[in-house]
Order: sequence, then structure tokens, then C-alpha cells
Amino acid sequence: MKAEARAAALFLAPALAVLGLFFFLPVVAGFALSLTDFDLYALGDLHNVRFIALHNYAAVLKSGIFWTALGNTLYFALVGGPLTVAVSLGAALLVNAKAARFKPLFRTVYFAPVVTTLVAVAIVFRFLYHPRFGAINRTLVSLGLPAIDWLGDPRWAMPAIILLAVWKNFGYNMIIFLAGLQTIPDELYEAARIDGAGVWRQFRHVTLPMLGPTFLFVGIVTAIGYLQLFPEPYVMTYGGPLNKTLSAVMLMYQEGFRWWRMGYAAAVAFLLCLVIAAATALQMRFQERR
Amino acid sequence: MKAGWALSVLLLFGCAGRVERGVEQIEFWGLGREGEVVAALIPEFERQNPGIRVALQQIPWIAAHEKLLTAYAGDATPDLAQMGNTWIPEFVAVRGLADLTPFAQSSRTIDGHDDFPGIWATNVVDGVLYGIPWYVDTRVLFYRSDVLAAVGYPQGPRTWSQWLDAMTRIQREHRCRFGILMPTNEFEPIEVLAMSNGSSFLDASGTHGAFEEPPFRDAFGFYVGMFHSGFAPVVSNTQVANLYQQFAQGEFAMHITGPWNVGEFKRRLPPEMEGRWATAPLPARDASQPTGISMAGGSSLVVFRASRHKEAARKLIEFLSVSARQVRFFELTGDLPARRSAWLAPALARDPYFPAFREQLERVQPFPKVPEWEQIATSIFQHGEAAVRRASTPAEALADLDRTANDILAKRRWVLARAEAKR
Repeated sequence: MKAEARAAALFLAPALAVLGLFFFLPVVAGFALSLTDFDLYALGDLHNVRFIALHNYAAVLKSGIFWTALGNTLYFALVGGPLTVAVSLGAALLVNAKAARFKPLFRTVYFAPVVTTLVAVAIVFRFLYHPRFGAINRTLVSLGLPAIDWLGDPRWAMPAIILLAVWKNFGYNMIIFLAGLQTIPDELYEAARIDGAGVWRQFRHVTLPMLGPTFLFVGIVTAIGYLQLFPEPYVMTYGGPLNKTLSAVMLMYQEGFRWWRMGYAAAVAFLLCLVIAAATALQMRFQERR
Repeated sequence: MKAGWALSVLLLFGCAGRVERGVEQIEFWGLGREGEVVAALIPEFERQNPGIRVALQQIPWIAAHEKLLTAYAGDATPDLAQMGNTWIPEFVAVRGLADLTPFAQSSRTIDGHDDFPGIWATNVVDGVLYGIPWYVDTRVLFYRSDVLAAVGYPQGPRTWSQWLDAMTRIQREHRCRFGILMPTNEFEPIEVLAMSNGSSFLDASGTHGAFEEPPFRDAFGFYVGMFHSGFAPVVSNTQVANLYQQFAQGEFAMHITGPWNVGEFKRRLPPEMEGRWATAPLPARDASQPTGISMAGGSSLVVFRASRHKEAARKLIEFLSVSARQVRFFELTGDLPARRSAWLAPALARDPYFPAFREQLERVQPFPKVPEWEQIATSIFQHGEAAVRRASTPAEALADLDRTANDILAKRRWVLARAEAKR
């Protein structure tokens, strides 16, 4: 028995060492950083660092910009998250449908955006969103609708970012939903059909309940990813116009690397971590109750 | 750490080897459009200095500040770089820049006498010179000369009282809807008014706000008053859909803005506006002064402390500072030259709009040279906006502005006190 435990420890050691070195250590160091006033002066001379306990956290919570950024992030996650999940499920149902043809082709096409570099995607979307020459506005205008300054108008910038994110990310969830759909035994549908259930009721009473665990996984993974919104606004709008696309991670980046207020930025990071943990716990609770 | 040493030793030998062969490579970071355009000037420099090769890297303005700081933190700074002159105090605070005082003293091209004193001063921190002005930027008054002539000021208002009189008459006689456009989210208007009124924003040591002191307080009152009297519309610049069209249609008669708008106004105003607009230096506080005082903006060239090719880097700075080359750079970019002698070029001296800038540049002043300035400047316009929109009274806004500035400067006070105690 002892030898077995030793062998297990031996096998676990490399993974634990890597995790400790590259995950736990940085997290602890980051937390320590958040308790100091590491800033520009400290970059010049390390003696200029002071321990200031939770002062950074208080300062973050008091600053209006943090709440703006958090609000934007929640807007993105609460609108973009469900939208992504819905689109993914729709695509999965379509690809999984008995009548569908060229299934592998569609699966690949829908998955392609996930593995495309975001910067390249952003450049294409910037063309699409161009207020005068972009394909989207041309379509709108030809339909007699007013053109929209997608990335320049404070009201439309976040929706534009959400559209991009949904398009870019739904393929990943679609694959997971597909796997979930394929584990649902055909007998269940047969039984439902014999009981006289139509397509909608089959979906409502067979597909959805059977996908419960898949929903939980997809929901949590999407929420965690979306609450960490960063590259999309970084390459598309840089947080503008009027801070309307400034996300919490974007704020952390600006404070940390633009103004070099590392202590403050670390505090933002840990507060965001708490928000994500809370969002995850909430989803687990919700799922358990059902 | 050991690997780091080994690498430095290798690099040292690597560079030494190159020097022996007579070719030295210097790394130069240019920002935005200037970084692109300067490439056209480099081949000539390399012809004149066969021993030096320039590796030019162009960095977008929006990423420049963090890129330079990260490079410093990671020991990867270039030999020389273009730098917005308001950033210099920050890079001095982290001890990233090389002292250029001896260079300027020995150089035949650069000695400061041909530069505008206010611009030169932005490069001097605690008596040490850290940058050489490359091109300059400031704010002047753009105005509808037809409208201003109709109310008795064909050359534009020269003092604040003339300014108020002009705005009053413009509105009373319905010549324009508003006297002046000053978007509430731009901090330059408040800043230039305060400087014109003799404010230095902070106390002499740069450790406390001086916003409740009379020079700033009165300028702030003047600024807020222009909105409350209805001379200026309460709009931010995102609400201004088309500045040029509104200017041409008589929405407003005056606007405080910078050199890039000379080209934009020429290009975008309808043809019938030709000869009906002009530029003038900012109005003076009173008749005892020739003009108001504007901001000393622009970019400088700096050499990094860690550079191993300081001599070659300084040669490039010298090359780019030659008057004729500054004129060439103006032709390529539209950026205003830093050397007074370059302003004799016909393209600048005979232009109807640039001489106002030339006059203004003699009366520009640096912002407080503290690394926290950008943060403080942001809260200045936020408090200005609060007073303009009547969310607070000017007195409340200024008291809060002083408190905010003192908070931001707390670390600086501590660092300075500590340095003092050590001495």
C-alpha cells in the first residue's frame, strides 16, 4: 500500500511541480503585490515599495472607473454569454439533425472561427463595421435603414464587440453540445413520439433535460471566459468610445502596464477573480436546484 | 541571473566585434506617423555615417507609452526613441534616460538657443537635460475672421476683456449661435487659460495642488463663466458631429485647437470659406502681456541610459535637428519644427495660418514635471465638466480637485521626503 502511495506521489510530482511553479506561486506573488503600492517609483528603485494592506482594494472599490468597467464586463457577459450558448445550441441542433447533409463540412466551417487568430478576425470585422464602406452598413442602407457608426458610437460599440465575440466563440460550444446530443439515446425520442410528442415537445422534454450537465459546463466555461473580456476591445476599440467597451481586464492592463500601478492592477485582478467565483457558484446552485 | 550575465557578456563582445569591423547598429523607435516618415531621412544619415546602421522600429502611438515602460522594465530599451515630451518626467522618475546636458554643451547643432524656451524646458528635469525637441505642438485660437471683423476684432481678440466683449457682441447681434466651442472633455482649454493667468497648477515643489489659489481659481471661473453665460455650448467632442461644417455654418465663431487642424480646415471647409477664417495667438490676461500662454507640446528625441551606443545615437539626433531637415520633416508630416531657424522656410513663414503658431510658441510653458501629471490633468477636466454642468459650484470643484491632486501626489511626497532624509 505504501509503495503504491509513493508511486502515485512520484507520478503526480511533475504535474504538481509545474502547477506550483507556474500557477500557485504567481497567484501568491500577485496577491502579495496587491497589498503593496508597487508603482512607477518602485520600478525606478525597489526601496520605494510600501506594504499598504488592503488600501488598493479600498481605492479600487471607491473609483468610478472600476464600476464602469465591471458594468461593461457584466453587460458583455450577460448579453453575449446567453447569446453564444443559444447560437451554439442552434448550430449543434442543425448539424445534428437527421436531414442535415455534409455534416463534417458544416462542423468544420462553424468551428473555424474558434481557431482563427483574433487579430486577423478583428481586422476583417473592422472592415465590416466601417461606417461608410463596411458591408454591414451598406446592407442596412440598401434596406432603407440608417447607417450605424458601429465602433464609434458609445451605444453601439459594445453590441459590435458582442457580435464579434459570438461569431468567434459559438463553434467551440457547438462541438460540446454536439457531443451531448449524441449521448441522448434514440429510444427516448421514440418513446416520446409514441406518446404523441411533436418536435418542440421532444426538444423541451427530452433534449433540454438530457443536456443539463452540458449546459452547466458550457455556461460556466463561457461565463469565465467572457468575464475576462480583453482581446476584442483591445484590438477593436481600446476601451473607447467614452470607456463604453472598457472591460475589467482592460482596466487592469491599463493600470498595470500603461501607468505601471502594479499593486492597484493586482487588486483589480483579485476582485475580478471574486466576481468570477461568485458567478460560477451561482450557476452551480441554479443547476442543482433544477 | 547567471544566464543574464552570460548574455550581456556575449552581447558586449558581439557589439565590440561589430565596432571593430566599423559598423555599429543603433536601435531607434519612432512613434506613429513620425516613425513611418522618418524612414525617408535615414538613408542619408547612413551615407554620411558609413560606420552606423539604424534599425528603425515604428510603434503606434496608442501602445507607445506601455511599450516604452515595459521595455525599460525588461531591460530591452532601444538606443534612442521619440517620446511625447510630457512623458519625460516619468522616464526620469524610473531613471531610464541618459543625461544629454554635456552633449548639448558640446554640440554645434544643438545648443538650445535656436529652440523655443518653453519647449526646451519640458526636457529639463531638476536642471538636467534629458531630451532634444524634435517637433512641437501647441494650441492657438482659430476664428471666423468675417464674424470677428464684424464685431470689431478683425485680428482676433488680444485680451480676455476683448474676448468677452467679442463673444457678447457675436451673440447679441446673432452673428453665430455660440461665441466659442470648447468641448467639455478636452483639458487643453482650461489648462491654457490657467497658464495665461499665471497658474503653475501645483506648488513650487510639485507635491500639492494649487487649484484653489487665485491664478487657477480665477481662470477656472472665467472658463466656467463662458458656459454659464451661454457663450460656449455644453457639449463633449463626441457630440460634435462635424466640426468643420458647424464652423462654416456659423454654429460657433472661435475654437481653441492645434496645428493639425490647419490642414484639416484648409481641406474640409467649403470653398466659400476661403479667407473667412484665421488663426491668432491666445488672448492675454490683460494688455500688459503680448499674448496668452499656451501648452508646450510635441515630441523629443531621448537616449536611454542602458544604451551602449550613446555616441552614435547622439549623432542621429544631431542629424535630425539640422534646420533644413526639420523643414523637410515638416513637409513630410505637417509637424511644426522645433528650431526657430526652420521657421524661416517659405512654407511656414508665408503661410497665412502658421505665423500665429510661431508667435505663440515664444509663449508656451511646460506642465508640472511630475510623473503623475497625466492623472491630475484628467481630473482637471472632470472637475471642470462638473462645474460647467452645475453638478458642483466652482469653489466645491476646486476644493475637491486639490484634495484629489494631493491624494495622487501622496506617494511622491513620501519618495521625496525619504530621499531628503537619506541626504
